[in-house]
Amino acid sequence: MYIIVALYNCNNSRFGDISLLDSNTPQDINTVISRLIAEHQHRPGALLPLLHAIQDNIGYVPEAAYPQISKALALSVAEVHGVVTFYHHFRTHKPGRNVMQICRAESCQAMGSEALEAHAKKCMNIDYHQTTEDNAITLEAVYCLGNCALSPSVMMNDEIYGRVSPSDLDALIAEARA
Amino acid sequence: MSTKIYIPRDSSALSVGAEKVAVAIATEAKSRGLDVEIVRNGSRGLYWLETMVEVSTANGRVAYGPVKLKDIPSLFDADFINAKSHALCLGLTEEIDWIKKQQRLTFARVGVTDPVSLDDYIAHDGYNGLKNALKLTGAEIVKTVTDSGLRGRGGAAFPTGIKWNTVLGCESDQKYVVCNADEGDSGTYSDRMIMEGDPFVLIEGMTIAGVAVGATQGYIYLRSEYPHALVALNQAIEAANKAGYLGDNVLGSGKAFHLEVRRAAGAYVCGEETSLLESLEGKRGLVRFKPPLPAIEGLFGKPTVVNNVISLASVPIILDKGAQFYADYGMGRSRGTLPIQLAGNLKHNGLVELAFGATLRELLYDFGGGSATGKPIRAVQVGGPLGAFLPESQFDTPLDYEEFTKIWAVLGHGGIVAFDDTVDMLKMARYAFEFCAVESCGKCTPCRIGSTRGVEVIDKIRSGKDHAKNIELVRDLSDTMLNGSLCALGGMTPYPVLSALNHFPQDFGLPAETQAG
Repeated sequence: MYIIVALYNCNNSRFGDISLLDSNTPQDINTVISRLIAEHQHRPGALLPLLHAIQDNIGYVPEAAYPQISKALALSVAEVHGVVTFYHHFRTHKPGRNVMQICRAESCQAMGSEALEAHAKKCMNIDYHQTTEDNAITLEAVYCLGNCALSPSVMMNDEIYGRVSPSDLDALIAEARA
Repeated sequence: MSTKIYIPRDSSALSVGAEKVAVAIATEAKSRGLDVEIVRNGSRGLYWLETMVEVSTANGRVAYGPVKLKDIPSLFDADFINAKSHALCLGLTEEIDWIKKQQRLTFARVGVTDPVSLDDYIAHDGYNGLKNALKLTGAEIVKTVTDSGLRGRGGAAFPTGIKWNTVLGCESDQKYVVCNADEGDSGTYSDRMIMEGDPFVLIEGMTIAGVAVGATQGYIYLRSEYPHALVALNQAIEAANKAGYLGDNVLGSGKAFHLEVRRAAGAYVCGEETSLLESLEGKRGLVRFKPPLPAIEGLFGKPTVVNNVISLASVPIILDKGAQFYADYGMGRSRGTLPIQLAGNLKHNGLVELAFGATLRELLYDFGGGSATGKPIRAVQVGGPLGAFLPESQFDTPLDYEEFTKIWAVLGHGGIVAFDDTVDMLKMARYAFEFCAVESCGKCTPCRIGSTRGVEVIDKIRSGKDHAKNIELVRDLSDTMLNGSLCALGGMTPYPVLSALNHFPQDFGLPAETQAG
């Protein structure tokens, strides 16, 4: 149903961004969400872990799931909506097959990230929070990836790239589109 | 006997190809019929040399770097696994000047050990601190931490022992230890290095905190941008649980301490402790009014120790070697060591752990090697996006909390970001307001509205519209944010803004000589 990007000696089931295949049906999504609610609802402060689990599994937090979540956690739909929209990490719409985040913070600015941002937007013909026409890449801004010794930095799904030049970025884009 | 080869799993090393290097070395060794054991260590923190590969020898480890994929056949041809010479050979790792000049206490094991091997941790003095702590009363542990002079390394520099003492003194059926691992400041990565390179030291520090104050549950609130740290922490927690270092009966002491990692979700403001607690409770990360202090009414309304990763990771060595050992490092009221992170436009970026008191100039030039672009360093920002920009005339300031306060700057979490002479300080001031607008939790007006107005006023200054009036307005707005904001996000955004204006007035269309204090 979904693909987990494999990474080194990591056996953490959540790890790796998960891309949704187009074959997902609303029923599949519903089943997944019900299972995740059952898994997480009794943890203290359950809402964030639950939202993470949902986004890890289906790629976003569908607004249609708010009533189900709010009922299970004894919250109002407004509270769930408030939390989802407060945090930059959560998204309510299906992203492209890959998510590219470009660091906009100071260290990366000192090493040319603005030119990199401009290059990315021009090459893909999109702005932040948008997805390329072929659905290959959603572009997001990020404020620090903790890779400040090797600026400028870009994260593609869960992989960080350091000292990224415009031509490195071209290669990442090409790979994502392949 | 197989040769041990160390290749980092640190995410910065991975960002320049450490994973591919590790796979290629394993493949090449196999095809040549060589017996090697690859250990995935943390980074030594010499990031310009990553991927740094080390080979174990009878005389110590020999380093090679920066190793790229294309170098691997020639390394094998040169017989690097027997530590033979090669163009990339750096000699004995411990003899590299950059490492030798440091005083690594908190980072003693980072890059040295296998981060997720409990045996390796114990073989390198791990858990000595907890074992000592278990022989003491809570009050004695707290006194040791207080006497060491350790202050919060997250940025606020509040004495750790005093915070613990408040929690110790509270009567409650449940107390918590929360680790603030939401390291959002640009230019900082020491928390990440600890969590990826020596997660047990953080686990041990939190366990000691729990034993000291009587807390049985700990949470590590980890930023979502650190997926590799999450893996390492979870692997280490699992190992500690299995071996009885965590759980219902820590090392047979009858004391319980459970630990869980919780992922943050990309909100910078959640690095503020009360906002962090709201987030852990599953809510929007809105800043709380203080009082009550989190030490008295923290997570789920219970007494809670909230400390930064580095503060907690410094506790084991204090309990191992004693308060005086730690307090003997440093200057003035800044005791111990500070893991400094060099970032931005420097030739040699990396982690430098030193006793307080070194100057910025030593760090930027002796360690950093000057700018990466070869141009003069015009400004540095110390302490993250809410820290002041400092001009060259202030580079002789020693790294000390009080010395930085005197020049209206902050040390923060110890990150130093260097900019060369192409930097536009008006743009940096605009970015500071913009960042505040993006990240404001929205609870207080000066931060929520002031940040957006700040961007607009800077744009007017740029366009020259009512220039003098708008310069005055930036100062007035900064004054309101500084004094009227609920937390440091709004309250410290004026630091980068006003320091840029005061030290670099020419970038704001003012004559250089009007420089004001």
